[in-house]
Amino acid sequence: MNNRQTPASMTRKTVSISAISIAFIAMLYAVFSLYMTGQPMIAVLVLIVAVGFAIIYGNGRYYAQRFIFPGVAAILLFIAFPVIYTIYLGFTNYSSFNLLSFERVTEVHLSKRVVDKTSERVFLLTREGTGYRIFFKSDAGGFLSDRVALLDGPETVSAVAVDTPPASPMAMKDVIKLRAPLGQVEVILPDGTSLRNSGLRKFASVQQEFQLSPNGQLVSNIGGPTLTPDHELGFYVDEDGKTVVPGWRTNVGWDNFKRIFTSKGIRGPMLSIFAWTVTFAAASVGLTFAVGLALAMVLQWPHLRAKTAYRILLILPYAVPAFISILVFRGLFNQNFGEINMILEGLFGIRPAWFTDGGLARLMLVIVNTWLGYPYMMLLSMGFLQSVPGDHKRAASLEGAGAWLVFRKITLPQILPPFLPLLIASFAFNFNNIVLILLLTRGLPDIPGTIIPAGETDILGSFTFRIAFMDSGQQFGLAGAITFLIFVVVAGLAYANFVAMRRQAAKRSAQ
Amino acid sequence: MIVENPRVLRRQKIMAHGFLWVFIALIMFPFLMVVSISFREGNFTTGNLFPTNPTLEHWYLALGLDYTRADGTVIKPPYPVLRWMWNSVKVGLIASAGIVSLSTISAYAFSRIRFRGRAALLDSLFIIQMFPTTLALVALFAIFDGLGEITPLLGIDSHWALVLTYMSGITLHIWTIKGYFDNLDPAMDKAAQIDGASPWQTFRFIFLPLAVPIVVVVFVLSFIGVVNDYPIASVLLRSEDSMTLAVGSRLYLNEFKYLWGDFAAAAILSGLPITVVFVIAQKYLVSGLSDGAVKG
Repeated sequence: MNNRQTPASMTRKTVSISAISIAFIAMLYAVFSLYMTGQPMIAVLVLIVAVGFAIIYGNGRYYAQRFIFPGVAAILLFIAFPVIYTIYLGFTNYSSFNLLSFERVTEVHLSKRVVDKTSERVFLLTREGTGYRIFFKSDAGGFLSDRVALLDGPETVSAVAVDTPPASPMAMKDVIKLRAPLGQVEVILPDGTSLRNSGLRKFASVQQEFQLSPNGQLVSNIGGPTLTPDHELGFYVDEDGKTVVPGWRTNVGWDNFKRIFTSKGIRGPMLSIFAWTVTFAAASVGLTFAVGLALAMVLQWPHLRAKTAYRILLILPYAVPAFISILVFRGLFNQNFGEINMILEGLFGIRPAWFTDGGLARLMLVIVNTWLGYPYMMLLSMGFLQSVPGDHKRAASLEGAGAWLVFRKITLPQILPPFLPLLIASFAFNFNNIVLILLLTRGLPDIPGTIIPAGETDILGSFTFRIAFMDSGQQFGLAGAITFLIFVVVAGLAYANFVAMRRQAAKRSAQ
Repeated sequence: MIVENPRVLRRQKIMAHGFLWVFIALIMFPFLMVVSISFREGNFTTGNLFPTNPTLEHWYLALGLDYTRADGTVIKPPYPVLRWMWNSVKVGLIASAGIVSLSTISAYAFSRIRFRGRAALLDSLFIIQMFPTTLALVALFAIFDGLGEITPLLGIDSHWALVLTYMSGITLHIWTIKGYFDNLDPAMDKAAQIDGASPWQTFRFIFLPLAVPIVVVVFVLSFIGVVNDYPIASVLLRSEDSMTLAVGSRLYLNEFKYLWGDFAAAAILSGLPITVVFVIAQKYLVSGLSDGAVKG
């Protein structure tokens, strides 16, 4: 700010520059390690943040940006980037079958070992001082190994031909105790064959199942099929085109989207899930708004007493943590020992199957969500109702309008415009209200005849969650593709909300 | 409506109160049931609203104590509820502190410092704010799985990973606090500037002290939000000991191990503090809520 270089400001400057440098170097180290562990995309992102950090804090010109950099960096790293990255995954085959990199998959195949049954030899163990010797019987005498320590560590010893078996072999039960160290011993016979422990009583020669040929194929050492890497599928395939797990991550283009739109077992349930998602969100917004507004109007009535007490009681569902209320409802609605069915049976003699009947499960979700959501709408309505001028209503009543007509013609038109952005936001929230679905029904009951588990109460978000993290083999790629579809809907809603908000703000500043 | 007939008015009053009473009875039903269930014997037995043989068994277990039944059998607590609670409170406090500091500083810059791209940045923040974390879960898992290979401190099952993720949820709060700062008299920071204060000093010594009420609101709001989160925590936390309440409570009502009574006691124990905080703070929260939502 000023150019006087006092000693104090000099030291402060040095301290701050070294602090910035240390932080920058630490971030670069993180970039390097991320890159080395096979996370290039995240590495690049952290690199961008690190460079941005160095520029903004190392240069006096960007004084203002220093204030917002941490916040913007956090949003970039943990909201914007994850959304983009998830969508990117939608174009890959990332799943529990295709989890590793190509190099790692090759290593996995190359590290496979097979036991050659024809070379199996029975062994005996004999103690010698602090160590042991291993003896293999053969037609004429046998082979006795050099001394092994058997102290939990890899050991390689050679064996020589002898005429007689050892005098005092150890008992089986003592040999069993030494199984773990025996597993790490390799014995080389005079003819060069290497033997490893292959069973309780046996050693055998163990060899690599595959060997990497110069053209990239994996050739079997034991007469099995030759495997060729298929980079489009992300798997090694044998001569018949059958894939061998594990596979690796690879870009598959629009395949996941094609699967969604063309595979009948996915498209059918997707459509029904989409329809239910929209219905659920619309019903939730409509009902919470109606109940909330009605209660707000009753509470606003000037002749009503004990308003504060009513208000606190009425917002309780909003105050209790939602995860607790939802789980409470899960218990109350339980078909066999839930309190709701107990009461219904006592009164009407019915026991609705809340969790196994799709329609009833959906009804239950809407009931619970209305219970959870109306206080928010009520609180907002109370605020907006206050801004409706009382003389408009009074004038209308004098003209002979009934209460319903006043509400429809005066109150509603006045509160709806400011409410609109909030209703859109609430719709978007419920469109992705996976907490409710996951805690109450987990999407069950399942729709019959689908390829991937899809539930009748699943909304798009919970469906994605199930594909990615619950059953059906963690298909992150497919989940990413569906996320992209949700993203399109939410982006549309976000934009609509933005426009509604701007319009509202413009109208207010015009007044 | 304007010329009120006393008899009609009386009838309307009775109707209004009656409606509210019935409605509140319906709303309160789950709460009353849970209280009653927490004192009931066993985890399955259905009973009356007032338990016939009230027992403190579920409460002992929820508090992490062994319970000895009358016949001498000792019941061990099924889950570490208090540990989950501590996890929730710890993550909630650290994340909220982070959220409050990040969003207050950013809001100050957005409200008071003119810099290029300010309006565009604000608008994009508003749009990003609408994207639910659900969209990012798969990537969040992949990111922290990768970071965990560098340091377990930021891996799956680490609370720091969770805190970092929550700290990114600041956009709405930036808007709320910015709205508050916009309403403060600009003469104050002009005066400070004339006296030679740097923007940071203006923020530190003038705006921060004035922002205490809104900071408290944002802190409480974000604390409640963090403690209530289920999707992110359930993806990032896997081991039973590191779970937060929201994730752990789900274990009680498993199809194969259904602990209704134990759940009821644990639910009251863990839900009550948050509820009380909310009811006390609700007046301020409501105004913060609508201010943040409506200001454009």
